Amino acid sequence: MIVVNGLCKTFDKTPVLRGIDEHIHQGEKVVIIGPSGSGKSTFLRCLNLLETPTSGTILIEGEDITAPGANVDKIRQKMGMVFQQFNLFPHLNVLDNITLSPVKTGKNTKEEARDIAFSLLKRVGLEEKAGSFPGQLSGGQKQRIAIIRALAMSPDVMLFDEPTSALDPEMVGEVLQVMKDLAEAGMTMVVVTHEMGFAREVASRVLFMDEGLIAEQGEPDEFFKNPKNERTRSFLSRVGI
Amino acid sequence: MVQWIIGKWDAFSHDVYLNFIKESRYLLILDGLKTTILLSITAILFGIVLGGLATLLRRSKYGFLRAIGYTYVDVIRGTPSMMQLLVINFVVFASVNVDLFVVGTVAFGLNSGAYISEIFRAGILSIDKGQTEAGRSLGLSSSQTMTYIILPQAIKNILPALANEFIMLIKETAIVGYIAMRDLTKAGDIIRSLTYDAYMPLLAVALLYYLLVKILTLGIEWLERYLRASDMR
Repeated sequence: MIVVNGLCKTFDKTPVLRGIDEHIHQGEKVVIIGPSGSGKSTFLRCLNLLETPTSGTILIEGEDITAPGANVDKIRQKMGMVFQQFNLFPHLNVLDNITLSPVKTGKNTKEEARDIAFSLLKRVGLEEKAGSFPGQLSGGQKQRIAIIRALAMSPDVMLFDEPTSALDPEMVGEVLQVMKDLAEAGMTMVVVTHEMGFAREVASRVLFMDEGLIAEQGEPDEFFKNPKNERTRSFLSRVGI
Repeated sequence: MVQWIIGKWDAFSHDVYLNFIKESRYLLILDGLKTTILLSITAILFGIVLGGLATLLRRSKYGFLRAIGYTYVDVIRGTPSMMQLLVINFVVFASVNVDLFVVGTVAFGLNSGAYISEIFRAGILSIDKGQTEAGRSLGLSSSQTMTYIILPQAIKNILPALANEFIMLIKETAIVGYIAMRDLTKAGDIIRSLTYDAYMPLLAVALLYYLLVKILTLGIEWLERYLRASDMR
């Protein structure tokens, strides 16, 4: 579904990604971990071109999104993204946050988008917040809204960029629960996170990134029990596993 | 004492009569005020259009368009508005017969547009990059993201600064006397030359400018309170 070949990204001559080859299949839940500065967020942001790769190719469902003339807007509609800082639109209420993109991109009519929004709100237990503004919500509520805002575009894959890192500890659980439900529903997911428990429980594959490369990967059981790479071992022991 | 007050009062009312009532001179002031207000309004509207265009140019993905926008702002900001007015009147429109009001609108609109483009740019930059990223990641185009997400938020930062620019512009128009337009300042000056009394007409003109600006300032303060209140929700 996503095929990455030789992906490099350089910021002002500082290499952040140094040649990543990766194949993510439909239905996989890939969790990316690694020390800060290892390039995991940059890798994720390259997947929907929020960062422009310096070199390498990314194929999404067979389409090369790095090719000049690729319809980036169209491709992004198939890829949901959830940010660390939620990035809800503060001038729009919750319902309008969710329906803006489906309506403006012509995917749904206003009525359809509204119905979809309410069924998604019900799914995360926030239907009574439809008329609220983002400023009136807690961090956990904001992130749950941000997730269903992305889902309203019916994406084929969901990208999560440290979705719980900006949350108060007591709100992490509610967001992770929504993500677990999503995983169970069969969504293809790529998640950058520091939540090792989530990685262990939900991931079908764990990638460990270090210095711009995927240093090690494996199924979570094997990965956490028998890390082979020295750097993986020291990272895991530092985060307490 | 009473005699002194009566004497002063007589002198004062004579001055008022001489400067404003005699030969309906107050009409000069009223006409001037009208010109100042109308010129400021047409110039700010023209300036907003130009400022918007310049902002678009400066955000273009094409280098030469960015250069045009940048040069416009750079040249206007780097030269006195008085020079610009004279150049527009005596060079650009030298051989064309157009209404002075048009000349003034073009000159002050061009001037204001450069500053307004800076105001627009700052307003857009004040919105967190995450908002653009969220919009684009949802599949919206860059112009849709600008229209539905960035501008509605940026406007809160833009409006007070824009209103401020309008106030500056009103006072700036006082130099149109140099191209023989009869604005408020020129009206006061004409009366001064007729009556040889500087005190009354100039003070009256200053007072009118002040009142004009004061009314606008109160309007801006109300606007800012209103915009802040809508932030609270």
